[in-house]
Amino acid sequence: MNGNVIVIGAGIAGMEAAGQLAKAGYLVTLLEKEEEAGGHLNNWYHLFPDRRNGDEVIKYLKDQIDNDNITFLNGTRIDNLEKSKKEFIIKTNRAKEICADAIVVATGFDLFRSERKEEYGYGIYDNVITSVDLEKMFREGDISLINGNVPNTIGMVHCVGSRDEKVGNPYCSKLCCVTAVKQAIEIRENIPESKVFCFYMDMRMGGALYEELYMEAQEKYGINFIRGKVSEVGESFNHKLIVKVEDTLAGRPLKMEIDLLVLMAGMEISEGSKKTGKLLGLKTGENRFFQSRDNHYGSNLSNIDGVFYAGTCTSPMNISETISHARAAVLEVMDYLKNDRK
Amino acid sequence: MIGNNMDKFGYSISKGRQINYEANDRKIAEYIYENEPSFRLCIECGGCSATCTTGNLTKFSLRELFVLIKRGENDQIWQNLKKCMLCGKCTLVCPRGVNTRNIVVLARQAFQKSNDYAI
Amino acid sequence: MQFDPFVIPFNIGLYFILIYVVVRSVIWFRDLSRPDKLRLQRGFFGNAFVQSLKEIFLESLIHRKILKTNLRLGYMHMSLAFGWFLLILFGTIEADIFGAKHLNAPYKAIFFRFFNPDHGRMGIEAAYGFLMDLNLAFILSGLFLAVSKRFFSRVVGMKKTTRLKAVDRIALTSLWLIFPSRLLAESFTCGAYGTGSFLTGSLGSWLASFLPAQQMAYPFWLLYSLSLGTFFILLPITRYMHIPTELFLIFMRNSGIKTGDKAGTYSEVQAYSCSSCGICINACQLNFSAGITNIQSAYLMKAIRNNDDVSDIAHNCLMCGRCDQNCPVGIELSPIRMIQIRGGEAENYFRNIYKGYFRSQQSVTVEKSNGSAAYNFLPETNQKKADVLFFAGCMTHLSPTIKNSMIKILDASGVNYSFIDEQGGVCCGRPLMLAGQDKEARELVNYNSQMIWKSGAHTLVTSCPICYKVFKESYYLDIEVLHHTQFIKNLIDEGSVKLNFLRKNVVYHSPCDLGRGSGVYNEPREVLKHVSRLEKSKFEDENSLCCGGSLGNMKISYQKKNKIARDAAAELTKGNPDILATACPLCKKTFSSATETRVADISEIVAEALMHQTVKKNTCRQVNSIKELAGIS
Repeated sequence: MNGNVIVIGAGIAGMEAAGQLAKAGYLVTLLEKEEEAGGHLNNWYHLFPDRRNGDEVIKYLKDQIDNDNITFLNGTRIDNLEKSKKEFIIKTNRAKEICADAIVVATGFDLFRSERKEEYGYGIYDNVITSVDLEKMFREGDISLINGNVPNTIGMVHCVGSRDEKVGNPYCSKLCCVTAVKQAIEIRENIPESKVFCFYMDMRMGGALYEELYMEAQEKYGINFIRGKVSEVGESFNHKLIVKVEDTLAGRPLKMEIDLLVLMAGMEISEGSKKTGKLLGLKTGENRFFQSRDNHYGSNLSNIDGVFYAGTCTSPMNISETISHARAAVLEVMDYLKNDRK
Repeated sequence: MIGNNMDKFGYSISKGRQINYEANDRKIAEYIYENEPSFRLCIECGGCSATCTTGNLTKFSLRELFVLIKRGENDQIWQNLKKCMLCGKCTLVCPRGVNTRNIVVLARQAFQKSNDYAI
Repeated sequence: MQFDPFVIPFNIGLYFILIYVVVRSVIWFRDLSRPDKLRLQRGFFGNAFVQSLKEIFLESLIHRKILKTNLRLGYMHMSLAFGWFLLILFGTIEADIFGAKHLNAPYKAIFFRFFNPDHGRMGIEAAYGFLMDLNLAFILSGLFLAVSKRFFSRVVGMKKTTRLKAVDRIALTSLWLIFPSRLLAESFTCGAYGTGSFLTGSLGSWLASFLPAQQMAYPFWLLYSLSLGTFFILLPITRYMHIPTELFLIFMRNSGIKTGDKAGTYSEVQAYSCSSCGICINACQLNFSAGITNIQSAYLMKAIRNNDDVSDIAHNCLMCGRCDQNCPVGIELSPIRMIQIRGGEAENYFRNIYKGYFRSQQSVTVEKSNGSAAYNFLPETNQKKADVLFFAGCMTHLSPTIKNSMIKILDASGVNYSFIDEQGGVCCGRPLMLAGQDKEARELVNYNSQMIWKSGAHTLVTSCPICYKVFKESYYLDIEVLHHTQFIKNLIDEGSVKLNFLRKNVVYHSPCDLGRGSGVYNEPREVLKHVSRLEKSKFEDENSLCCGGSLGNMKISYQKKNKIARDAAAELTKGNPDILATACPLCKKTFSSATETRVADISEIVAEALMHQTVKKNTCRQVNSIKELAGIS
């Protein structure tokens, strides 16, 4: 086997793609802007739906890239990227010019910056946090308010930065619902006497074992589900959060005082993806994620020959989908290097 | 025969309870659809009624109002429609970009135009 | 030879239009309200008259304002208007001096050369002929631009030109024919008699070299007379009525008459004064950002003149006031639009050609959506006493940073204040007014007024320009109403708050209702200059853009609003500022989803700049909180 492949981004998709390519005998350069590989997974403590430890998946991925065919370059940023004939030349901040026959773009997503949804008070009220902040608390085993107290009433707001025209993201991020359910369960496990309320527009539990998790949350953990979009969050004089929402199923406005409010931030194409896309001239769709050449049988193909997509830079995906997508990308790369490139 | 039995068998809904979708007059909904297509985009999330000043003070829910108009349950709406202050917070909150203010204005117009509800 | 039948069309037209204008003026005057009649009478014998003459010269003839905004377009209007005026003036003088006798009938001046073909051979006569030719050339150059504008609107630097109806087309054609037919008629006559100056003379002798000039002249003199006559007859039912009407408008405006909130003589005179020049179309963001090209003020004025149903046009407007600011005739476009919006849908009129002549007032049938009291559910007001009231406004509640910043600033200032809509207030009423429902709005106005009176405060501060405008204009409050930028400016001047200087580059977007709507331009700027480096943008003060979020427009889709916002934000952030500052929660909200640059209200920037040691907690507020805690309300 011959051929050099550059994989941009060492998150789940990038690591898996690099590992599989290396196994097949290709020489891979894996570029990562952070010091640590693993991407968003590093911020996650337990995973849905089975709530296993995320570190197990990271360990698998790290083993994958532990291969002599892979050069892992961390802390690397791409300065320039050119295609000359059929070869790609990348210049990075590490002053190294890398040549490759194909590129796998695995630049992933960013979480929606919740302060953009100003009426929810992230960055204004101390006790409004995001799902990532909460996950950090889980890892540290300390779920507390800014004043150190243990929260008693916790609210989870679904669809923050997803399905929202007003922030320019009309699409569904697909994973926030199940994340909310998972985190709600974990809150109840950590603080058994707490009350947890999920404010949702629709419960989208489309993955394997998601609905079961939802049922468990209701039956075993007594999570309360209220159907209504939170319109705004305020603060009462005793520094409790006031959530304004209509209980649409009861048909009446609900005003609730809450200690801790968790915003389920949605997914957007990452800044890194945008930059890479600009350098390569990659097409983006209406949702600003990269547009695949075909929705059904070409989701790894980009508009440029030799550039392939892997993972969440094309649309929101969970971990298993991301890994499958990365493997599919590897097949496409191999096909390209063996057949098309001649 | 079977039909008759069915009636007794729980397929009948008492008049007062049912939304008689076929019989209901949905002209008002049609009028709004035609003039403000975004009316169709509503997913009844309730964001509008949560932020609504009127809705917090009195029995008025924009979300409910929209559904009732769509179903043709017009009788209950007319009195409520007048309570809207058109302040526009609902339009600002709506995640679907529905032009709620225009819908209220169009609904008022439609009621005014339809003979059944003219003052 | 002092009369010829060909002058009859011209004579009919001229006397018709003179009589029409007199009759029309009498009807207009009669329909004025009593105070306005008095104003006009006072104006006639006072300064307003002189002022008007000056303005008529500068605007109706020279077209100074159009010249300022668009040189070529201005030249076109000037050459036609001023040139024609000079032609008539000099023509009359010519006929008076060189004619057979003094004080001639008008047609003798107009067709002077026909009746005096021998005139102008030498000396002063020839010099005068040169002057007349120069004048004609001046008009023809403008006409050339006008014709080109019709076919290629970019010639005069306009992206869009107004569309025409059939009568307008006939009138336009006759207008276009006037000067070329005069040129040819005079040239043929000159050619036949060997007279004429550089234009008519040389063209004439050239034409005479191969054509029978003597015979050719007469048809063109007839065409000249016919086109003048047709133009005059059609004048009242076409947009060219703006030529005589504008004179009235200028005089009425200088006499101090305002549009007000009902249709009447003044709004009608204004509608007729619109020349459909299209500058409002070019200034309109709905046109250049959202691609909506049929609702601009020029079209509204035309629809009003034609008595069309304008309800669709009228509502599809951001009410940003950019057209008012740019209108070269100075028509109060937004107030007229508001009248139409209030009027609701008009019935279909039976229309015929006479309608245009014999109509006095716009008769719009008012079809109100609802009449009965609707807001009787509002709770009893129970307002605490305070010196200063803070009314955040509905939109501010959806922008909590502004609210919190204001609380911080108010606390720091140490004034005795009360936050009247802390728990959410009742709408100020302006959104209803913008939808044309003034009666309903009045209920909200009364409700809020009562609350404000009960407080005994001397100052009302609001964060929302929409509220500010309505508090200022439609509430009868005998207390000082301030937008928070003005209030903060006062605090800085008094030294009540101490601020740090933030090393940030800021560009300021002036909100429509605060800037053009209420004339508050300086205070926001001063405040920003005090705490940051204020950059200039291309769109300052009166020329500032609208964010697109306006509550004025009921019809536009969210996507188009967003497009306007993105375009405006892109223009404003061209200099890569750190912050795009504004002074309106709605602008802030609209821009936030339209740009990557940080968007912040001035209050936020000021709150950031507050020196911490100066924060004096407001005692009143603390006592209230304690009371609330203890359950005493």
